[in-house]
Parts: sequence; structure tokens; C-alpha cells
Amino acid sequence: MKTFKGISASEGIAIGAAFRLDEPDLSFKPRKIEDVKSEISRLDEAVQLSKAELFNIHQKTLEDLGKYQAEVFNAHIAILSDPEFFSKVKSQIRNNNDSAEVALKSVSDGYIDTFESLKDDYMRQRAEDVADVMKRIMGHLLGVELHDPALINKQVIIVAHDLKPSDAAQFVPKYVKGIAADLGGKTSHSAIMSRTLQIPTVVGLEDVLAVVENGTQVIIDGTKGQVIVDPNQDQVDEYQAKIKRNEVHQSELRGLINKKTASLDGREAVLAANISSDSDVAEAIENGAEGIGLFRTEFLYMQSLKLPSEDDQFEVYKDVLQKMDGKPVTIRTADIGGDKSLPYLKMPKQENPFLGYRAIRLSLDKDEIFRTQLRALIRASAYGDLSIMFPMISTTSEFDQAKLIYRTERKKLIDEGTKVGQVKLGIMVEVPSAALLADQFANKVDFMSIGTNDLIQYVMAADRGNEKISYLYQPYNPAVLRLIKNIIDSCHDKGIPACMCGEMAGDPVAIPLLVGLGLNEFSMNAGAILESRSLIRSLDSREMITLADRSVSFYGSSEEVKNDVTHTLSGDNPKTYK
Amino acid sequence: MEKHEFNITAETGIHARPATLLVQTASKFSSDITLEYQDKSVNLKSIMGVMSLGVGQSASVTITADGDDEKEAIEAITETMKQEGLTE
Repeated sequence: MKTFKGISASEGIAIGAAFRLDEPDLSFKPRKIEDVKSEISRLDEAVQLSKAELFNIHQKTLEDLGKYQAEVFNAHIAILSDPEFFSKVKSQIRNNNDSAEVALKSVSDGYIDTFESLKDDYMRQRAEDVADVMKRIMGHLLGVELHDPALINKQVIIVAHDLKPSDAAQFVPKYVKGIAADLGGKTSHSAIMSRTLQIPTVVGLEDVLAVVENGTQVIIDGTKGQVIVDPNQDQVDEYQAKIKRNEVHQSELRGLINKKTASLDGREAVLAANISSDSDVAEAIENGAEGIGLFRTEFLYMQSLKLPSEDDQFEVYKDVLQKMDGKPVTIRTADIGGDKSLPYLKMPKQENPFLGYRAIRLSLDKDEIFRTQLRALIRASAYGDLSIMFPMISTTSEFDQAKLIYRTERKKLIDEGTKVGQVKLGIMVEVPSAALLADQFANKVDFMSIGTNDLIQYVMAADRGNEKISYLYQPYNPAVLRLIKNIIDSCHDKGIPACMCGEMAGDPVAIPLLVGLGLNEFSMNAGAILESRSLIRSLDSREMITLADRSVSFYGSSEEVKNDVTHTLSGDNPKTYK
Repeated sequence: MEKHEFNITAETGIHARPATLLVQTASKFSSDITLEYQDKSVNLKSIMGVMSLGVGQSASVTITADGDDEKEAIEAITETMKQEGLTE
């Protein structure tokens, strides 16, 4: 039995058998062969097995994640069917009496070199696709099992050194009970993915992979941020009892799916879901979402090898609006650029991508891309209650320009006889300048939505991906709370709704403060909605108002605020102020 | 023998997805089909050959088909080029 402390990346408890996600050993000794014919049939067999696997992965990805993510596997299958390539490999086996491994490696290295010497960045990266496919064939030749997260078909606990988003993207949630990783922080992309998929996850464990074998029993305590490898019977019993209690709690929560979100004293709020693709809508509805507060549209741009067309986008937006059946849907225009570069869009390398050329800055500059998206959105507005939100707004003039482009495209569409609906225009408040000038923005916009993930990192000047300074990612820091208060108050002065779509909106410590500050809409991962609804229904908003007042007026640190929230909720707050 | 010249207008050139589809189309025909670009010629049924050319925007490429179904092959390839937005 060994216990590891790490960072909680996604709450919940899981017990199960470990599945190591590690790099396979594909080394081999070069050798000469005698029987050419049987060597070639050994190669053919390895290729056939690889092809069958890829067909499987392609099909599964198509069903689970859609055709854009699946396309890459089509290219992989095409590589496996390349007649030129394999005739070169076979002639090397025939002429040099090389083993299939030697011949395969030498021919594929030749191609990889050619790809790497190409001028175009994107094409250079195709070397990785070739390498990936070669690994698969090599695995079959050597009889080494490759990990294919997409092909896991029994319930396991994934144990990895570093979990890449591309691995996480292939998981089937029903088979992955929990995740433990040596590297990573609370806000790394794969941690956010685990929370979205509601898989109990602990990261930053440093050396857990070294002591785990496939099949070792592992307990993941995502709530405490701890992992127990090879637990004793007492621990297994204790955790099984916890899982049982959780199940009871979950069934209580399910009773709240169609209930209103209102505090004890009747103050109502809207709980909405953040989604990243149209396929997330079903989960939002199942979890009782009263709307979509943030639809990130980047997936349309990231998962395709060319810019998404107006019609393709229109279909996706329309689909989401129709599925939400009249409930409000807020769609954010593309936040691309920065660290999210696109293979088909050439962009200069930036020293500081988070403070760089991205989101609305790129949209206003490359306005063709922006116009296409706006036209698709305006057309979709005929099918539901649509709000459009612009990301990374720093100045009022950026909003004015974006609105002007919106109006021009709207007028064009109406002149063309296209059916359009009412649309609300708002901004995502994530840049401190916009948060400080919220009163000025409130004169211009129909709503504001606070993007706390970026706002906090800009206010604290702390990169949220950098583990060494993760202590500075402080949602309850009074500096952050004062800005949030300023935004909410400015919205209310002008009678427009104040929303929040960052991680903070679903955080059980932040929610009491946000209720006190008067936030109107909380948008979060679908999995957090029912828990948040249950919490808000247990709060007295008048008590939360005084709690929020204390937090923005008297405290100088995040810890003091957090302590006050904990004491207030447990009803034993010894502190009294004026 | 059928020959056809194409001007690649797509901003991305012949990338993985259109390359895959061109190869899939070419593979349906029995004719020998080649793609020529900047004095290099590759088998259009070979995805690695096609991608290794690194055909970019505003490149001019020549496709040649030789065999029983050469006419149909060129027609189908022209169609795929258009559908994938490689040519106008």
C-alpha cells in the first residue's frame, strides 16, 4: 500500500484496476532474414492488423466526436494503403534480406526526412502522422501492445506520466473510471477535460507511474487530491462506502433537474451550461441547464483542415438553438490565435500569445473569417433565443467595430430576404480594462459575461498553466472580487444581466459570494449544475449580501475570504462586523 | 493518355484531407495516374508521394492518366478537386 499526494483536478472517487498509458518500447535488433516470402507475409499481416484497428478507431471517433476529429484517421488508413511505400519496403526485404522491421524503419525514415524538409509548417508536421502509423505497424511486428485510449473497452483507472489532451480526447467516459498522472496542474487542458467528462482525476503526483503495473488496484480520491496504490481492505471498504453515499447524493440531485434555481428567500438565478460542441447539448439538458451560457466555437476551426464554411457553421448553431428549444443560448465568436494556432491560417510566432494577436483582435483584423461566422449566427437566430458574445474585448471601440460589422452583415442578409431573429450582443469581460470600465460598456451592450479564468490570470499577472505560481490563481482574492462587483453593479445600474462563464461560476466557495454580489446567470460545466442548484437553494441571499460586503470591504487575502465563506455556510461565524 | 493541368487556388494547398480524398479517388481506377509538380512526378495513388510534394497555394500541377479508364479517372479527379475547394 502506498499513498500519493497530488493536485485534485476533477472531484469524485473511483476504485479500479490500473491501465498504464505509457510509450511502448519499439526498439529492435537489426537482423538479416532467409525466407523472404514469409517475412513479406509477416509485414502484410502487421499492416492488415493495423488497418483493422484504425478502421475501428475511425468509426468510434466518428460516432463519439464527429467527422472533423475522425478525419486524421482516414489519412492514417490511406498511409497504410500506400502502394508505393510498401513496394519500397518489400523490395528492400527482397534485395537486402533485411528484416521487415529494418526495411520499414529505413523507408519510413526516408519519408519522414522528406516531410521535415518541406517549407510549409503544416506539411512538416505530417511527419508525425507517418511516425504514428509506423509505430502501429512496428508494434504488431514486434508483438508489443500499443496503448490506444480509444480502444479501452473495460473499466479502468488510467495512470500516465503526462496526460495529453489528444489522449484524453479519445477516452470513452464509461470505461475510464479515474485518472492519475505524474505531471499537470489544476488548470491544464487535460484537467479541464476530465472535469467536463466528470472523471475523478488527480494530477501532479510526480512518480506514481513508476510503482503501478497494469491491473494494480488503485483508489483515486479526486476530492482530496490523493491516490492510493494497492490499498488494504479497510481502505477499500471505506472508499466503497463513500461511493455508495455519493450515489445516494447523486440521486437526490437528480430530483432537482426540473426545479427552479432560487435562494431560500426566493431570489432567482439562471444556471446555464458551458459547451464546446453541438454534441454537448444533450448532457446540458440532462443536467437541468436553463440555457447555454457559453458555446465556445473554436472546435469548428480546430478540428477542420480548412476554414469552416458559413453553411457548415449555420447548421451547427441552428442545431444547438433548436435542441435548446427556446431557452437562451450565448455563442462566443471564435477565440482563435494566441496559443491556439490553426494549420491553415499562417500566423507569426508570438512572444506572448496570451497577451497577443487572438480572439476579437484577430477577428477585427481578418474580418472575412469574422463576417462568415456572424452571417452563420444571424441566420441561425431565426431558430431560437440567441445572444452573441465577443471575446477578449479591451476597449469600447473594439465593441463598436464588432457591432458595426454585425449590423452590416445583418442588413445584407435581410436585404437578401433571409429570415433572421432577435439577437442580443454582449462582451466577455476578461481583460481588466473592460472590467474597470464596465459602466461605460454597460451603455453599449445587452449583457456582460465574466470570463474568470482569464480575468484572474490577468489581474494576478500569473500564467495559470505554470505550476510554480499556481498559488497566485486566486478566485477569492478581494482584488478579483472588487472587479467582479464593479461589473455586476454596472450591469444592474443599466438594467442588463450580469453573467459569468468561467470556472468560478461553478465553484462551491465562490457561489455564495456571487449570490451575494447579485450575479444573474451562472454558466458552468454541465456536471456542476445540479450541485450548484442544490447549494443556491440552501442559501439566504440576505446573509450572502453581508458576506460579500465583508469580502470586498475588509479582507486583504484570498484565505480570509475563503474562511469567512466556510464559517458562514456552516453557521458558526464568530465574526461580526458593524 | 489523358492529361490535365490544375491551378491550385486553395490557401492551404494540397493538405492531408484533400490529398487523402484525391488518392482515394485515383485508387478507384485501373489506369496509371501521376501527379507532376516542379519537375517531380509521383503516383497519385500514393498518399505519401502526394504529401511529400508539399504543393502550396497557386501551384500549377499536371495530372496524367494512362489506361483503360483514363478519361473517367481525369473527370473524377477534376470533380474531387472542385469539391475540396482546391481549384475554382
